[in-house]
Amino acid sequence: MSEDRRTFLKEAGFAVLGLGCGLPLVRGAFALPQHGTEEDVQSSSQWAMVVDLEKCLNEEVRAVSAAACHSEHNVPDIPDPDDKIAWIWEEKYKHVFPDQVHEHSPVEMREMPVLVLCNHCTNPPCVRVCPTKATWKRESDGIVMMDQHRCIGCRYCMAACPYGSRSFNWRDPREFIQTDGNGEMPSDFPTRTKGVVEKCNFCAERLRDGRQPACVEAVDAVPGGEGALTFGNLAEPDSEVNRILSEKHTISRRVSLGTGPNVFYVV
Amino acid sequence: MSDTAKVLIALVAVLVLAAFPTWQALGAAGEAGRPELDLPEDETQCVEDTEFMTARHMELLNQWRNAVVREGETEYTSTLGETYTMSLTGTCMGCHDNRETFCQRCHDYTNVAPRCWDCHVEPGGGGDE
Repeated sequence: MSEDRRTFLKEAGFAVLGLGCGLPLVRGAFALPQHGTEEDVQSSSQWAMVVDLEKCLNEEVRAVSAAACHSEHNVPDIPDPDDKIAWIWEEKYKHVFPDQVHEHSPVEMREMPVLVLCNHCTNPPCVRVCPTKATWKRESDGIVMMDQHRCIGCRYCMAACPYGSRSFNWRDPREFIQTDGNGEMPSDFPTRTKGVVEKCNFCAERLRDGRQPACVEAVDAVPGGEGALTFGNLAEPDSEVNRILSEKHTISRRVSLGTGPNVFYVV
Repeated sequence: MSDTAKVLIALVAVLVLAAFPTWQALGAAGEAGRPELDLPEDETQCVEDTEFMTARHMELLNQWRNAVVREGETEYTSTLGETYTMSLTGTCMGCHDNRETFCQRCHDYTNVAPRCWDCHVEPGGGGDE
């Protein structure tokens, strides 16, 4: 069979076009398993916290938890709200759980103060966006860690976090850390510098010594505050957090986003 | 004196002057310029031997930093088999308790400015410069 030049070129052109249409499928087939492995990185155990909203209505409970945390970690007390640094603090219920209230919800409920902190998410969006791996999810216990040595202050993580759990050091924090008479800081925990992001670390340094987080220890010392914050491991079936989660009605923040928060609230 | 001799004397003088930095350094350098460091009195052995620590303590500290912060490890086993807690403010400063007369003196001499103490809190409240 003889073909003229024109027919040959036409057929060749269609063949190339056909191949081109198939390429995205081929690439898709390769990309899928890669995406899968990224999602599969799961922590073998996961620290979690349960916050009892009712017990946290006690002002002293909220105050001591933040005070204990902030002095434990040398968190600066900056008066200007724009520059404020906080690891644990209070927000109004309507802002913490925007999808749990509507215009007819009782005002007392909407305005109720709620303790908030980093949720140490199962799928932390901050970790996905960090360009230097300065923040990462620790596989051994699920804590979303920060390595201040690596943070370049790009604040991608702050944009990615849907809970506003991270603070940026716009100023040198040392100027705002209250020192005692001898010039000693409240704790020997390293301070941060201007230009890095910081947040709650679930007291990783205390957990290493087998102690409870500072906020939990502090609220337990307040009369009526025992159990306002409960800390434990989700991987241990008998842990106190698992008992509360199975017995009581708990909610967590903005579940629909799929971040998998590990701070739960007893309503 | 012949012209050749004059030129030769001048040439030697110029060479000697031009080489001033070299022979000056040969004569004056060495121990005289070195900073005096306060060493711990009741300890003779650092984590590794002195020569290694002098030359490569920064590498060891980086290694410790990554192990502690990123891997969650706490203990370091030295080449002599001793175990130490990996901590700048705990282990290092436990013996070298004066930053000014140890770290700072040598860093000034070598003109390096590590930023450890921008964040790490020196035991004893010397956090600020």
